[in-house]
Amino acid sequence: MRTAKDRPAPLEYNRRWSMRLWLTGVFIFLYAPLMALVAFSFNDSKRNIVWKGFTLKYYGQLFRNDDLMIAFANSLTIAFVATLLSLVLGTLAAVLLWRFRFPGKAAVEGAMALPIVVPEICMGVAMLVFFSSVVPWPNNLVWPFNLGAIIIAHVSFCFPFVAMVVRARLANFNKEQEEAAKDLGASEWQAFRDILIPHIRPALIAGALLSFTLSLDDFVITFFTSGPNTVTFPVKVYSMVRFSVTPEVNAASTMLILLTVVLMVLGALMQKSSQRRS
Amino acid sequence: MAARESTESRLAFWATALPPLLWVAVFFLIPLGVIWAYSFGENLGLTGVSISGTFANYARAFEPLYLQIFAKSVFVAGVTTLLCLIIGFPVALAIVFASERWRPWLLLLVMLPFWTNLLIRTYALIAVLRTEGYVNYGLAWIWESASWLKTLVGLEPLAPYEPLQLLYNNFAVVFGLVYVHLPFMVLPLYAALDRLDRSLMEASLDLGAGHLRTLFSIVVPLALPGIISGVIITFVPALGAYLTPDLLGGPDSQMIANVIERQFKKANDWPFGAALSFLLMYATFIAIALRAYLSRGKAADAHGI
Repeated sequence: MRTAKDRPAPLEYNRRWSMRLWLTGVFIFLYAPLMALVAFSFNDSKRNIVWKGFTLKYYGQLFRNDDLMIAFANSLTIAFVATLLSLVLGTLAAVLLWRFRFPGKAAVEGAMALPIVVPEICMGVAMLVFFSSVVPWPNNLVWPFNLGAIIIAHVSFCFPFVAMVVRARLANFNKEQEEAAKDLGASEWQAFRDILIPHIRPALIAGALLSFTLSLDDFVITFFTSGPNTVTFPVKVYSMVRFSVTPEVNAASTMLILLTVVLMVLGALMQKSSQRRS
Repeated sequence: MAARESTESRLAFWATALPPLLWVAVFFLIPLGVIWAYSFGENLGLTGVSISGTFANYARAFEPLYLQIFAKSVFVAGVTTLLCLIIGFPVALAIVFASERWRPWLLLLVMLPFWTNLLIRTYALIAVLRTEGYVNYGLAWIWESASWLKTLVGLEPLAPYEPLQLLYNNFAVVFGLVYVHLPFMVLPLYAALDRLDRSLMEASLDLGAGHLRTLFSIVVPLALPGIISGVIITFVPALGAYLTPDLLGGPDSQMIANVIERQFKKANDWPFGAALSFLLMYATFIAIALRAYLSRGKAADAHGI
């Protein structure tokens, strides 16, 4: 017999078995394909469907695949530089919109939000046309300058996200702190560096993480701006995927998933420590 | 002193304003502007484009062939959004009513795939859906077991298993789009449901309404701005999806983004591709404006009560 305690209260939806079943089903739907992908990167069979035993040989192949390693290095370089630039531009944009009143502010606000909403494909073709016929990016530059066009394109879609995150954090900044600093003789720059930056540090970490991941993940826009000598990791994996489903692609994908998880954990830890400090 | 201060603050303003403004203008607005100009141009030879102010590209976009692809993209994105809403709503509800201990973990579980590379998630689906993929492998196993059971009781065995064609068709595209866009729906729904006043639901249940009735006459109307947000946030990227139809779709499941890509790469018809890009962009803007309009109306209603 069920007692009153066993019966779910009216709003305890999660104690209903139907709800639990639904939730379990959705998470299986979301995770089973990814888990299978990771598991089969260790599978000792080219056919990649039946489990034949554990092996690391596809990871070995991966590290000997020069094209893939170069693409990986390119991706990390692009993400790193694009994140640095996005942090600077995004913070400036956020401070601009938060602090100053000026004519045409609404238009500037709209223009800054535009890269977030414009479909990727439209931005991709715009960058393709821009870098091939308006400002042709020389394709014989030495590494890493040959990646310039891709980095610029990535900054254009990353920094508005940084601006968004930083602006949300600025909303609860106490302006009196900055005024006090200035009354005590700090210059604009000193007040910015010593008062504002420490306050927005958690947002800077979150923004950096966001833009690094966005840049590392981007396929569509990069696909249109990359040339034969400037292949990024997703573009390289795309050409491998088009060709066939192999354990090597699984291994490459697993590496990238691992990198994403490491970045997320790192970001969470940094955020925690910066919150403790403030 | 005052003069120095105002020069300094003017300097601060320009130092803050110039870098992001220049960047957005040069590396975002100008490229889009060039595409916009190209959409009124015509091809000259192999690489040249002359901007002649013609509307021919837009006229061509409204030919039945392309209109059909547009309609199909809207339909596929619509079905995707609807499925995401149906699948995601109970998930959002479950997260809202989860205990303090579970909630962050459930949210993390929803968000984690969102941070995983889109290409990798799409590739994972290929391995699941292809004819020698996990789904077909599982079905074949069930089929063969059933066949074996039948022979065990002395019946004719089943015909050999024919793998289902799950990949390279419209089903795969919708499946993939739902897979990729589910977090886009769950997160805004969660945000909206979390703000909901639970006492209203309790009151409704106390007054004798059933759970379904409470859901449709209390929860849904109150969470409507969030539902609209979720619908638009899911619909917009689904409409412009390139990778999913490209990798999972068949020859007849192209969406608008695939047509645009072909104009710029293989077909080399930039003016027409530019016109299609801008039509897609206008569709996106209309959807976003609709969201702003609808949620503003709702906010006004809420204040009116």
